[in-house]
Amino acid sequence: MKKENTSLLRRDSFQTLLSSLVCVLGGLIVGYLVLLFIEPRGASEAIFAVMKSFFRYPGSLKLKYFGQTLVRSVPLLMCALSVLFAYKVGMFNIGVAGQYVAGACAALYAALAWNLPWYLCLILAMAAGAVLGAAAGFLKTQCNVNVVISGIMLNWIMLYLTNLLLGTVKSPTSPYTKSLQGTNPGALLPNLGMGRFFNNERSVTIAIPLAVIMAVLIWVVLNKTKFGYELKATGNNYNAARYAGMRENRNIILTMMIAGALAGMGAGLLYLTGIEEWETTIASVPAMGFNGIAVAFLGGLSPLGSILSAFFIQYITFGGGNVDLQVYCSQISSLISSLIIYLCAFVAFFKFYIQARIRRNDEKKAAEAKEGGEG
Amino acid sequence: MGNETYAIEMLNITKRFPGIIANDNVTLQLKAGEIHALLGENGAGKSTLMSVLFGLYQAEEGVIKKNGKIVKINNPNDANALGIGMVHQHFKLVECFSVLDNIILGVEDTKAGMLQREHARQKVMALSARYGLSVNPDALVEDISVGMQQRTEILKMLYRDNEILIFDEPTAVLTPQEIEELLQIMKNLAAEGKSILFITHKLNEIMSIADRCSVLRKGKYIGTVNVKDTTKAELSRMMVGRDVEFAVQKQEAKPADVILDVQNLTVASKVNKKDAVSNVSFQVHAGEIVCIAGIDGNGQTELVYGISGLEHVVGGSIRLCGQDITSAPIRKRSVMGMSHIPEDRHKHGLVLDYTLEDNLILQRYFEPEFTNKFGFLKRKAIRAYAERLIGQYDVRSGQGPITVARAMSGGNQQKAIIAREIDKDPQLLIAVQPTRGLDVGAIEYIHRQIVAERDAGKAVLLVSLELDEVMTVSDRILVMYEGEIVGELDPKTTTVEELGLYMAGAKKEG
Repeated sequence: MKKENTSLLRRDSFQTLLSSLVCVLGGLIVGYLVLLFIEPRGASEAIFAVMKSFFRYPGSLKLKYFGQTLVRSVPLLMCALSVLFAYKVGMFNIGVAGQYVAGACAALYAALAWNLPWYLCLILAMAAGAVLGAAAGFLKTQCNVNVVISGIMLNWIMLYLTNLLLGTVKSPTSPYTKSLQGTNPGALLPNLGMGRFFNNERSVTIAIPLAVIMAVLIWVVLNKTKFGYELKATGNNYNAARYAGMRENRNIILTMMIAGALAGMGAGLLYLTGIEEWETTIASVPAMGFNGIAVAFLGGLSPLGSILSAFFIQYITFGGGNVDLQVYCSQISSLISSLIIYLCAFVAFFKFYIQARIRRNDEKKAAEAKEGGEG
Repeated sequence: MGNETYAIEMLNITKRFPGIIANDNVTLQLKAGEIHALLGENGAGKSTLMSVLFGLYQAEEGVIKKNGKIVKINNPNDANALGIGMVHQHFKLVECFSVLDNIILGVEDTKAGMLQREHARQKVMALSARYGLSVNPDALVEDISVGMQQRTEILKMLYRDNEILIFDEPTAVLTPQEIEELLQIMKNLAAEGKSILFITHKLNEIMSIADRCSVLRKGKYIGTVNVKDTTKAELSRMMVGRDVEFAVQKQEAKPADVILDVQNLTVASKVNKKDAVSNVSFQVHAGEIVCIAGIDGNGQTELVYGISGLEHVVGGSIRLCGQDITSAPIRKRSVMGMSHIPEDRHKHGLVLDYTLEDNLILQRYFEPEFTNKFGFLKRKAIRAYAERLIGQYDVRSGQGPITVARAMSGGNQQKAIIAREIDKDPQLLIAVQPTRGLDVGAIEYIHRQIVAERDAGKAVLLVSLELDEVMTVSDRILVMYEGEIVGELDPKTTTVEELGLYMAGAKKEG
C-alpha cells in the first residue's frame, strides 16, 4: 500500500500516448491490407506515400503543404476541443458538426453580405456555434432529449439553413461562395507575416497560434478552476452535483454553449483564411466535426493531446491524397484516412487493456511475495 | 475434529489483491444441517470468501471440499451445480414478473418451446407449505412486501434443490416481526437438513439461531466458536479486536430553539400517483436528535428530499432557523446551515471518480478559502484542509488526499462524508441511514459523532431503518407509515415491539 510505483507505464498520460500509437499503427496496417487486397502491386508505394504526406515534396512545396496542413489542423483541433469539453460534463457532442457549420455560415455571411472585419466575423461564428450548442443543452435539461439525438437533427437543420443563406452570397458562376480575397479582404485573418516561413503560403495566419492558445485555455479551465471542478463533478455524477447545490442544468447549457462556440470558432478560423469556400450545394454535413470526435479520443480527451492528434489526422488525410490514382480509385485516400481515424476510437480500449495487464501483474507479484505483512 | 465430513469446507483459503491480503489462510467448515454464522467487520473479507466459494475469484491457496471431496469451482455455474445458492442483500428479482416466473427464471420447464408453469407451480406450492414460506405465486414482485420478496428469493434456491444456502445480511431490510419470521424459516430449513451460512454483523441474531460462528478480522481467520458457549461481548471482541460499547453514552437532551419547522409538508411520489409524503408536520430543536423511524419505502426518502431541496414539494412549508426555505435552492439551504448525510453515498454523497480531497470540499469549494477571486481553485489550501479532516476524522485510504473515492472502503467513504458535513458546522444535521452497511466499530464511531453534534447544540434529524439505532441514539422517535407520521414515541419508555407495531401500520395515534 505504501510503496508507490512510479514506473513510466503507470503514468496515465504515458498509457494514453502508448494506446494512441498502437491505434495509429493498427490503422496503418489495416489500411495497408486493404491496399494489398485491392491491388498488391502499388500497395507499399501507396502506404509510404500516405505516411510521408507532405515530406514527399521538394523543399519549397514541402513548406507550403506543411503550412496548409497546419491551417487545416486548426478547425480539427477546435472541433476536438468542443467534443472533449462537452464530454467532461457527460455530454457526447455529436452536434459539433452542426455547430461547425453554423460557425462557417455566420463567418462567411458576415464577411460577404455585411462586409464586416475579420474579428467581428470570428465573434459571430462563435456566437452562432454557441446558439446551436445551447439549443442542444436546453433540450437536454428542459425536455430531457438526448444530446446525441438533438445534435444529429440540428446538424441537418443547420446544413440546409447554411446552404440557403450562403446561396445569397455565392459566386454567379459556381456553387461556391464568393472569394474573400476578391470581395472583402478585410475579413481575412491577419497573418502577421507568418506566411514567410511557409514559402509565402497566404493561408498561414494567426488561426494557428489562436487554436493552440484555446487548447491551453480549455486545459486550464478544466483542471484549475472552480468552473472546471463543477463541470467535471456534474459529468461524473449529476446527482452528487445537484446534492452539492451546483446549478447543474445551467452548467450543462453553459458547457454546450462553450462547446458550440469552440466548434464555431474552428469554422471561422478555417474559412476566414480564404483557403476554401463553402459549397452551397453540398448535401452532407462536413466530416470536419465528426473527425473532431476521433481527434479528441486519439488525443486521450486531453486538450494538449488533441493538438498532436489533430495535426496527425490532418497529416494522414493530406497523405491520403498522394495515393497513385492510376492504380487505385479516387476514394482510396478517404478510405485509408478513415480507417486510421476509425481505429483511433479504440484508444480507450487499449488503455483499459494496458491497465488490466498491470493489475494482473501486480496480483501475480503479490502472490509471489507470499509472506507479506498486513496491508 | 477428526474425520467428520462437512457439507462444504473451505480450507486454508488465501486470496491476495494488490496491496492487501483479502483472505489470509481462512478456514470455514459448514456442517450439514447447521446454521453457521459468518461474522466480520466491513472489509474483513467475508464477501471475498463468498466470491471464492461462488467461483467469481480463484484462491491462490487452499482447497474447497464438498462432502469431503475436493471440488474445483471456476464460475457461478459450477457453484450452482454443487447445490450452493445465495440470497443477496439486494434482491435479484425481475420487478414486473410474477413470483412464480421469478422462481423458475433460468430453469423453466418447456414443452415445444412453451412454458409449462403448472408443474412448477405445484413444486413451488409444495416447497412453500413444507418450509412455511408463504407467497402468492401470481402476484407481481413490484406489488409485494420486502418480506415476501425475500421468501421468493429463498424459494428460488429451494426450487433449484440447493443444499447449501447462503444468506447475505438478510435482516437489514425487514421489520422486527418479519425478522422473527425469517429466523423461524431458517430454523425450519436447517431442521430439514439444509446447511445455512448466515452472513451478518448483528450479534443478537447470531445468538438466537446460529449453531456455530466463524469470525474474520482484516482478512484473517480468528476462530470458530459454538454459539451456546459464547457471549455477545466475546463475539464482538473477536470481530473488532477490542471491547465495544453497545449502549451509546449520552446525557439527557437539552432541547432549545426550534431549528427545523416542517408544516403540512406534501411531496409527490415518483412512482405512483399517491403522495409519497402527505401532510407531515414536525419540529426539530437545537440540541436534540429526532429520529424518523419506519420500514424502507414509507416516504422517509422523499421527506428528506423535500427538506434538502432535492425534490420540489407539492404543499406545506419548511422553515430553517425561522427563515422560509420551502422553495429555496439547495445551495442556499446548505449555506444557511443545513448539512445532509445522504442515504445513498454513491448516488448523492460522493463523486466517485474524484479524489478524496475534491470530495471533502464538495460543499465548500466555492468559498473564498478554496477559490480565489478569479475562479481558480486554491490547491494548497484544499490539500491542507483535506489533510486536517483526514486526521481529525480518521478517514483511511491508500494514498491519502489523492486517493480516488471509488477505491476507498464503504466505511471510510462514509467517514469522509460525515467529516465533510459535520465540519461545515451546520445548524441542522440531516443523517439518513448514516450507518448502513457499516461494521460495529464504525457504527460506534458515527453514533458518537452524531451525539457530539447534538451536545454542541445542533439539531439532528436522523432517518434510520435500524431499530437498535432508533432506540439508542434518538431523543424522540417519529414513526412514518405510508407517507404519514403515525406516532411520536419516547425511546426511554417505548419498546421495540410497540415501535414495530407502529412501523407496520397496525397502530396509529389519533
